[in-house]
Amino acid sequence: MTEEVDTGRRHFLTVATVATGAVGAAFVAVPFLASWKPSARAKAMGAPVEVDISKLEPGAMLKIEWRGKAVYVVYRTPQMLAQLEGVTARLRDPESAESDQPAFAKNAARAIKPEYLVLVGVCTHLGCAPLDKFTPGDVTVSADWPGGFFCPCHGSKFDISGRVFKDVPAPLNLPVPPYQFVTDTRILIGAEKGNA
Amino acid sequence: MRIDRNKRQLLAFVAALALFPAVSLAAGGETHVEKANNDIHNQASLQRGAKNFVNYCMGCHTAKYVRYNRMAADIGLTEKQMTDNLLFAGDSPHSTMTNGLRADDGKQWFGVAPPDLSLIARSKGPDYVYTFMKSFYADPTRGTGVNNLALPGAAMPHVLWELQGTQEAVWEGHTDAQGNVQKQFKEFRLASPGKLNPEEYDAFVRDTVNFLEYIGEPVQARRQALGYWVVAFLVFFTLLAYALKKEYWKDVK
Amino acid sequence: MSTADKVAAKPGSGRLASFTAWIDDRFPLTALWKSQVSEYYAPKNMNFWYYFGSLALVVLVIQILSGLFLTMNYKPSSADAFGSVEYIMRDVEWGWLIRYIHSTGASAFFIVVYLHMFRALLYGSYQKPRELLWIFGMLIYFALMAEGFFGYLLPWGNMSYWGAQVIVSLFGAIPMVGDSLTEWIRGDFFISDVTLNRFFALHVVAIPFALVFLVIAHLMALHEVGSNNPDGVEIKKVKGPDGIPLDGIAFHPYYTVKDTVGLGVFLILFALVIFFAPTLGGYFLENANFDPANALQTPPHIAPVWYFTPFYAILRAVPSKPLGAALMGVAVVLFVFLPWLDRGKVKSIRYRGPLFKFFLYSFAISFLALGYLGMQPPTPAFTMASRVFAAVYFAYFLLMPWYTRIDKTKPVPTRVTYHAH
Repeated sequence: MTEEVDTGRRHFLTVATVATGAVGAAFVAVPFLASWKPSARAKAMGAPVEVDISKLEPGAMLKIEWRGKAVYVVYRTPQMLAQLEGVTARLRDPESAESDQPAFAKNAARAIKPEYLVLVGVCTHLGCAPLDKFTPGDVTVSADWPGGFFCPCHGSKFDISGRVFKDVPAPLNLPVPPYQFVTDTRILIGAEKGNA
Repeated sequence: MRIDRNKRQLLAFVAALALFPAVSLAAGGETHVEKANNDIHNQASLQRGAKNFVNYCMGCHTAKYVRYNRMAADIGLTEKQMTDNLLFAGDSPHSTMTNGLRADDGKQWFGVAPPDLSLIARSKGPDYVYTFMKSFYADPTRGTGVNNLALPGAAMPHVLWELQGTQEAVWEGHTDAQGNVQKQFKEFRLASPGKLNPEEYDAFVRDTVNFLEYIGEPVQARRQALGYWVVAFLVFFTLLAYALKKEYWKDVK
Repeated sequence: MSTADKVAAKPGSGRLASFTAWIDDRFPLTALWKSQVSEYYAPKNMNFWYYFGSLALVVLVIQILSGLFLTMNYKPSSADAFGSVEYIMRDVEWGWLIRYIHSTGASAFFIVVYLHMFRALLYGSYQKPRELLWIFGMLIYFALMAEGFFGYLLPWGNMSYWGAQVIVSLFGAIPMVGDSLTEWIRGDFFISDVTLNRFFALHVVAIPFALVFLVIAHLMALHEVGSNNPDGVEIKKVKGPDGIPLDGIAFHPYYTVKDTVGLGVFLILFALVIFFAPTLGGYFLENANFDPANALQTPPHIAPVWYFTPFYAILRAVPSKPLGAALMGVAVVLFVFLPWLDRGKVKSIRYRGPLFKFFLYSFAISFLALGYLGMQPPTPAFTMASRVFAAVYFAYFLLMPWYTRIDKTKPVPTRVTYHAH
């Protein structure tokens, strides 16, 4: 070799080429990783669901599926609503400060209109579907049962607003999904007013 | 250098080979196909085509792979414009372009279920679809009262007859090599005019075919736009790599 | 450790060196790097024809990655397959790009492999001591043909369906076992959901594994004897005092750097197709395949994908179905015997005589002509042409023992011819 090797130029060109290649590789990685995001079909199937509550009787509950989960809609009677204050001492989070819910649910009634309760029917312990046990004193739960939801898997108890009792395995209140009243008799589950 | 000659010859043959497909397609032996001359970048045309498709085609045909909301965004409509003008009652913007016609009913009424049109422009080509929509002619021997020059025996009625009017096919006799007289298509003649004159009808069909080409591959415009950037980046990278190669290969004597 | 430190670190000092030493005590990392890359000596006179080996490896990786991501959304059932491909094209984020990468990559794989094989014909790279290297390569080619065939059914388009129908029914031509064999391959009485599911398993799992192992064996066989070169000179015959071939240069950095340029050019062409012409006029993605599979209606013009058409032309050239199928098989398998058909003492076309050049060029022209003819309808004129070109194709192989023996070759130099570039 008669010429001097210009190591400075070699180093610069090597770094420049490798860096450009790395940038290219990152650009190529983006579409592959992004393909894991929910597809248009998943978004369509996960889109908000409208439910007609005009036929719902007082004291009754209907179930509707949203995003693969059961959503409970309960038409609460004035007696049911009256119980809300009496159980406060037995609850872990009576003001519902820590639950998975929209802002309007940070209170005892946990609903836009108190007479209609909307909950995600997934126990916050390990995910079973809690049963509706609205009758106070229902012996299948306990003699001092005020009425609410009872999870059969490990015995977690929730009140008539889905607030979790103390001394049960579940740590949090039942979640409240985002929802809005489209009309007085139609609820759109999956979207709060203001964002579709 | 010997190698250059080998390489040149091989490349020349590969290049020459590229001409053959063009020749073979031209000699395909199919009836004349008119050019659609549509432009999928023309959003106004796509919007008109979407409206035409929904109003005239979706009674029988579906576009079951096309989602309304994505389609609206691609052709420059707001969701409200799309919902007001294109969406049937009961469909949500997320849903795909389907209709209430059951395949069995379609088969019973027409003899063959009207095919889904999501990919018609990709499989047959926009020029064929354009020609098809312009090639209906009166044929009293058929149940629908029409036949189609591009697809003889087509089960489809002439849905757009009110717009195009009714045309007749003019045939002329043609003696073939065997001495038999064959019927050969000469031209169409407009027997009774429709609401649109021929240029307007052509534009109507062009817009509709444009929309069909778009729904065949909704990402087409975006993929081309992206391609310029990708190729530019790769050219830059290759030039850099070439400089690197030349630098190192100075060592090799 | 900063990048500057890592670059400046000399062997034997610093944290990177001690980390490497820890690995080397447990795994031959540095030994492998040296023997296979930084101290593996390749001839310095490699030319344009030598890009295609590394490109083939790149395309294999591209196909495995893009194929993997397609599998995440594709549904291998006759009811859902076609729809799932459209789902990928429209609803999956960037799904269209992954699909086009895979469809373009499939054709790119065959372009690169055919050019890679042609290099071997030009420079006698299949001759002793590289016969096994050539055999591994041929096995890779056969596996690739199977991979393409199985993969093509998966979109469940009308061309997929009828292409599979035609090719599988070819096995019916085998006497005695033919019909049972085709039923066994299909798993059903016709190309059905059962066939689709098993072709999916073969395409996604079995053959990719086989391909990876075969490629590793191919590279090991190559490294055992060393690369050939455009002059057909064995560089290991002339070594310097340090034992390094005088005409050899280290694979790294010289060929890593050169192959990167080749990669860049390849990627530009790859991107031009993907972004501007993904169907390539119906050659990379057939128009008829945008119609779902329809057992009641054959596409007007069935042809296999372009990379099978030379052999398809040979099949159709023969009036008898069993003989045509047999000859088609022979046409593919004949390549394997090249190391023994070639009686020439000279490797490279540069030093071969006029007979060899005539037969090789004629072969190349026939291969391309047969490829074109395989796409055309079987008119009498095209069939006659296919017969002529098929005869030339076979002549290249069958007459080779004769013309390579009597050919007037030129003297082969002891050192490679090289001009700095």
